Amino acid sequence: MSARDEILARIGKAVAGAEDVEIPRHYRTTQQADDLVGLFAERVDDYRAIVHVLPAAEVPAKIDELVAGRRMIRPDGDGWDDLNTADGVVTTCAVAIAETGTIVLDHGPGQGTRAQTLVPDYHVCVVRADQIVSCVPEAVARLAPARPLTWISGPSATSDIELNRVEGVHGPRTLEVIIST
Amino acid sequence: MRVALFITCVNDTLFPGTGKAVVSLLRRLGCEVDFPAAQTCCGQMHVNTGYRAEGVRLARHFTEVFAGYEAVVAPSGSCAAMVREQYPKLAKPGSKGAAAIAEVVPRVYELSEFLIDVLKVEDVGAYFPHRVTYHPTCHSLRGLHLGDRPTRLLQHVRGLELVPLPGAEECCGFGGTFAVKNPAVSAAMGADKTRNILDTGAEVLCAADNSCLMHIGGTLSRQKTGVRTMHLAEILASTEEAQ
Amino acid sequence: MSSTFLGMPGDFPKNAEKAVQNSQLRYNLRKATHTIRGKRASVVGELPDWQELRAAGKAIKDHTLRNLDRYLVQLEESVTRAGGTVHWARDAAEANRIVAGLVKATGETEVVKVKSMATQEIELNQALAAEGITAYETDLAELIVQLGDDFPSHILVPAIHRNRSEIREIFLDKMPKVPDNLTDDPPALAEAARLHLRERFLKSKVAISGANFMVAETGTLVVLESEGNGRMCLTLPRTLISVVGIEKLLPTWRDLEVFLQLLPRSSTGERMNPYTSMWTGAVEGQEFHLVLLDNGRTDVLADEVGRQALRCIRCSACLNVCPVYERAGGHAYGSVYPGPIGAILTPQLRGMGSELDASLPYASSLCGACYEACPVAIDIPEVLVDLRAKAPHSAAERAGMKVAGWILNDHERLARAQRAATKLRKLVPKRLPGPLSAWTDTRDVPEIPEESFRDWWERNERA
Repeated sequence: MSARDEILARIGKAVAGAEDVEIPRHYRTTQQADDLVGLFAERVDDYRAIVHVLPAAEVPAKIDELVAGRRMIRPDGDGWDDLNTADGVVTTCAVAIAETGTIVLDHGPGQGTRAQTLVPDYHVCVVRADQIVSCVPEAVARLAPARPLTWISGPSATSDIELNRVEGVHGPRTLEVIIST
Repeated sequence: MRVALFITCVNDTLFPGTGKAVVSLLRRLGCEVDFPAAQTCCGQMHVNTGYRAEGVRLARHFTEVFAGYEAVVAPSGSCAAMVREQYPKLAKPGSKGAAAIAEVVPRVYELSEFLIDVLKVEDVGAYFPHRVTYHPTCHSLRGLHLGDRPTRLLQHVRGLELVPLPGAEECCGFGGTFAVKNPAVSAAMGADKTRNILDTGAEVLCAADNSCLMHIGGTLSRQKTGVRTMHLAEILASTEEAQ
Repeated sequence: MSSTFLGMPGDFPKNAEKAVQNSQLRYNLRKATHTIRGKRASVVGELPDWQELRAAGKAIKDHTLRNLDRYLVQLEESVTRAGGTVHWARDAAEANRIVAGLVKATGETEVVKVKSMATQEIELNQALAAEGITAYETDLAELIVQLGDDFPSHILVPAIHRNRSEIREIFLDKMPKVPDNLTDDPPALAEAARLHLRERFLKSKVAISGANFMVAETGTLVVLESEGNGRMCLTLPRTLISVVGIEKLLPTWRDLEVFLQLLPRSSTGERMNPYTSMWTGAVEGQEFHLVLLDNGRTDVLADEVGRQALRCIRCSACLNVCPVYERAGGHAYGSVYPGPIGAILTPQLRGMGSELDASLPYASSLCGACYEACPVAIDIPEVLVDLRAKAPHSAAERAGMKVAGWILNDHERLARAQRAATKLRKLVPKRLPGPLSAWTDTRDVPEIPEESFRDWWERNERA
């Protein structure tokens, strides 16, 4: 018997006669929030990421200011193209979650490859206000599972030394989020 | 109201004063107290040490002894939790034993539950002019979910100064046979609990379980700390006349 | 599950006794567990629907386990459709053989690893080493353990038993390029790890991971992490091999909405962990292999009470709140799964044939803090008590319990025993003999009263 068939047979035997279970979903699937942008900004800031809230028209100038003098990968335009020597990367995102201060990249247009947002030490991410959802269930519903997804909540960090959070290990040590309103 | 006292084997054998206190307290509050003489032990030690068959026999004995009483009151969070939380898992669903357990379980109360939920009293008219700290004990806290019932009762005791115990919700390290099977960890937990108690400056450590108090009290006494242990019932039974 | 993990050789009480005497270890564990307790309590308290999420998490896992065969077949189809290859392993040896074969087929002799309990459980690194393949751990805590030639002592933070100055010593000793003036400041230590691993990430061709979740419906695998070493391993190498226990399955994509809330808040006490990677099949030109691991899980599944342990999402909240773990430390459990969950998982996966494994169900005061903290509501005390009934008992204990049971089963016998004790009350020594000396080593015995309650009642009340 193949390992597959044997494991499946063992499972069948183990659960024979056991009752199935209904799944109660009484948790919140959305959350009332008057100010999603404000909550998102506050929660991103809690991770010690840098947050800017700006009218859409001012965003390009802000990006120019932030990237001046740095070798930046720009997935959508002319930027530095060598991953290993790049100083940073500028991307957009697919969804952002206010309650947890999370940005999610699906690596579609404007978001670069997974490596491009990982290897450089500095990540600037532009979030449109209409991309911000209240909580995790809303984000999961908006995302396409077939795409590779990277959920980012603050800069790279570790809790491995005495269980205290320390920012800056292998991923980008500086995360700067521009919320475009 | 007619109440059956389930004294528990530990209290019966080692802490009769707690039983006498429950009797005097309940009578003061207008209850008629009965002590079914055939009672013995809830079976917790056997079940929790891995001797299920013996435990099941004792559980059956318990359900026979206490069948038909309007209320069964136990001055032990741990033994009450055993009956309420663990008995239903001991019998086969649909069996006669399961029916007997389902019949008796809803009428078994830990003392502070009975006072607050059934008799609806918080001020039991007690007087105890001492500095007291309260250890909630695991099975009262996480098994029975007694919450603040015991401390509400203590707060109404005249003359009593209740001081909060740091790390109160942490286990004292008794755990029944755990105390002798894992003596090093049990003693380490007991030592930390003792340190927290001494930090409060209390004269008396109170709890709703004499088994935990026996462990903590044994440690306090070995260290010659001078802090006394008292069961909740004994404080609630104290009156000005008796002082 | 292999039993060659030798954190310590004795049974749990003996291992714990040694650990309790190590004041540095006690201090490290106390500090770390109390820090994380506070953080967890605060982020769990933020969610008004925590209990509802917990109920959903429990039910999703139970439903999955009940239909595990069906969902595994669905997962296999989804992963295969997305360009991945699925392998099945009955036990550790078979899983190790599969992984070694896959690595060899790439022609590589080095692999990078993302922290994974499953690969620790099957001792994959040792198996690969025997085949001439070197596995490099990349998680900071795993790195500390690997460099220190040590054993993991915690599910989430395997080096929890080490404090910052001990970590500095290990780095100075074992990292070739680390500067002599390295301080024990945590950011400096993190920086040292970053530099140490950077080149290896960029040149590695094969990575091995586990997964926190697998979604049957879509074939998606999910890894939660903090440092970015996971992303490095999952993203940069050409070949990715994931070894995952069969119980890590979720039926639907939507189910992630529950677990992505339960897990980070329970484990690191954060609203969300810094990085979560999700991938479905072969992505961005990678080659992807999934090894599904049984290794005793189907035996656990067959146990009506014990099977709830398979709901575990390895958050380690139960370790962090456990008063026994806090004092004994992880090594005392002699397994990659320490703490309360280890005390119910290890004896089920390995059996209770050894002295150590038979002692694990007793490594608990049954205080219930673990059950309360568990995000999928595993009733750990219930499983412990059930395992105790199945554990081997010594002849002396059996005899003692039998006598106690006989006395307690009849009130007249009990009354006679009480009266006998009363007669001997003045003779009870300060230090008790035999196994009861464990009590009197640190505590006084209560005085035996002049009469039992029942005799007092009989004398005064029975009119």
